[in-house]
Amino acid sequence: MNIPLPVFVAIPLIAAFFLPILSGLGRKAKSFATLLANLATISLLVLAVLALGRSEDIQVYEIGKWSIPIGINMVLDGLSSLLLLAIGVVSTAAMLFSTRYMEQYTAKPKYLSLFMLMVAGMNGVVLSGDLFNLYVFLEIASIASYALVGFGCNNEELEAAFKYMVLGTIASVFVLFGIGLVYGNTGTLNMAYASKAINTVGLNPGLAFALALFVAGFGLKAALVPFHAWLPDAHPSAPAPISAMLSGVLIKTLGVYALTRMVFCIFGVSVTIGWLLVVLGLVSMVVGAFLAFGQWDFKRLLAYSSISQVGYVVLGLGLGATLLAQGHAAWASLAILGGLFHLVNHAVYKSLLFLTSGSVQMSTGTRQLKQMGGLAEKLPFTRTTCTIASASIAGIPPFSGFWSKLILVVAAVGAGLYWIAAIIVFVSLCTLIMYLKVQRYAFLGELPENLQQIKEHRGSMLVAMVLLAVLCSFMGLLVLVPYLRATVLTPAVDVLTDGLLYAVNVIGK
Amino acid sequence: MAANSSPSNGAKGMTVIVKTISSWVKMLIFLFGIYIIITGHLTPGGGFAGGVIIAGSYVLLMLAFGREFVEENLPLRWASRFDCIGALLFALVAVLGLILGGSFFVNWLFRQQILPSKALELVSAGTIPLSNIFIGIKVGASLFLIILVLSMFRPAHLRGEKE
Repeated sequence: MNIPLPVFVAIPLIAAFFLPILSGLGRKAKSFATLLANLATISLLVLAVLALGRSEDIQVYEIGKWSIPIGINMVLDGLSSLLLLAIGVVSTAAMLFSTRYMEQYTAKPKYLSLFMLMVAGMNGVVLSGDLFNLYVFLEIASIASYALVGFGCNNEELEAAFKYMVLGTIASVFVLFGIGLVYGNTGTLNMAYASKAINTVGLNPGLAFALALFVAGFGLKAALVPFHAWLPDAHPSAPAPISAMLSGVLIKTLGVYALTRMVFCIFGVSVTIGWLLVVLGLVSMVVGAFLAFGQWDFKRLLAYSSISQVGYVVLGLGLGATLLAQGHAAWASLAILGGLFHLVNHAVYKSLLFLTSGSVQMSTGTRQLKQMGGLAEKLPFTRTTCTIASASIAGIPPFSGFWSKLILVVAAVGAGLYWIAAIIVFVSLCTLIMYLKVQRYAFLGELPENLQQIKEHRGSMLVAMVLLAVLCSFMGLLVLVPYLRATVLTPAVDVLTDGLLYAVNVIGK
Repeated sequence: MAANSSPSNGAKGMTVIVKTISSWVKMLIFLFGIYIIITGHLTPGGGFAGGVIIAGSYVLLMLAFGREFVEENLPLRWASRFDCIGALLFALVAVLGLILGGSFFVNWLFRQQILPSKALELVSAGTIPLSNIFIGIKVGASLFLIILVLSMFRPAHLRGEKE
């Protein structure tokens, strides 16, 4: 079924501007606003699922019927629909969770409005076929997230939001300069035409510098290791559902997706850029995991672990780029499959982990692991879902994380890079240890005196956590069942293995 | 800002000269903003530029008469509603393009049988003037809100120094 693509941006945008009108109209209007926001996220999820069953490989939508390159276009291909699905799942769960969780805060309609703006920005980034529109949507999503990180308005939260805003703006400026250089050197802002121009004239110094700016800018948004300083402050400071959105999908759409689209579809892969991504990925994996060990703040530990996990995704994609440039197409597509599958898996289990951390924080009033203990009996559902997510992130067999890591290891071995396979397994072990630490200190052991009276908050929060836990348990089917693999993952992998076909497909339509 | 040099003329705002002049000029600025918005499809300018000018007329009032005066004139809640309504109406124009013209942002009024018009007339160019008006409302209200909120904020060490 072909969907008019701008609805993915229009629905959350209209919701974002409608919801603040309801603020200050009493309790009923407030719950109506919450209901509307939930309906919006659920309808986006349904549309994303419908988009998987479209009739063509690639769908191009010309806005206002102005043909490209004069007009602006939106493009839906396999990679975009995979990301749309991830955004749909995580935002639905986070919005369900917020229904109950955000009762602790004031100004709920403003929160809902910012949330919808962030979703609109992310969907826009994923669908945009125009470099400058990509930048505009990137800024919409980023600015909404700066405000959401500081939503609690405590000193610590405002400081984290300010730090995030400064570094995020630097990243945006890098991206804008990069886009300017591409425009100057190719004479077009349309991604397909830029790709065509770059691949006929080749990389000149200006374009190479633009690519470097994109790696730095999108790398900052994705929190790869030399650029990761903002993430461990920003993600724990946000309210839990927002942490889930930021770690689950925001760093992936604004960072990894945009970088991947630039490298694979516009600039074309080369051995140099492939190895650069591999090194960035490996450094992020190892450094993120080591930094996570020492954390005693539950959400901060999860944030460092996000850095490590994004490293896996970038490693898979970088390995794919290297192997593609060397002509090993089969192993390359396996590595890309591993990277993309890990991206989706991480979106699900990391957002679940952040939601469980929010549930723990709401019940106990603390994020410090040392002040918890024995919560298993008081918070049985939180404990179960957290254990499933931990098993999944550590790569224990039936759960989703195992399969994506296995694919990455197989791809690395197949390419003859045994040391990379060894590092993947080693970091996986580190991940297991750090999540055993969470289980041990938060859920097992003795219940402290002051936590004897706590209750688990259920209702919509429970629904959101169980939804994601079920997904975590059965996501392995996405690669194991051929039909699911062919509708969800393979189209996305094909977009990247034949990256330069993007221009041909878009212009040809 | 807001030098309190004329205590006889009320506690807030600048001197009587500034107040008198700005009370004359404010309407002119406001009207100029509207002019820029509604001729946006014919001359340079448009919704954004005109909206900024409209917000500018309120900022002039804020500088001359003080923040409280402006807040009585256009309460924060109403400014926020104008902001949202402007954006919603703009989105409505785009969505009507999908319903009536088959694609988002199609200029569905740009047909002689719906809206007979000649080039360079005030009523021409289909939905573009409408979009300009809605963007003008949105930009005017949101820029006004930004400056109002910035003027409300006082760092802790400056609080209580005035007033």
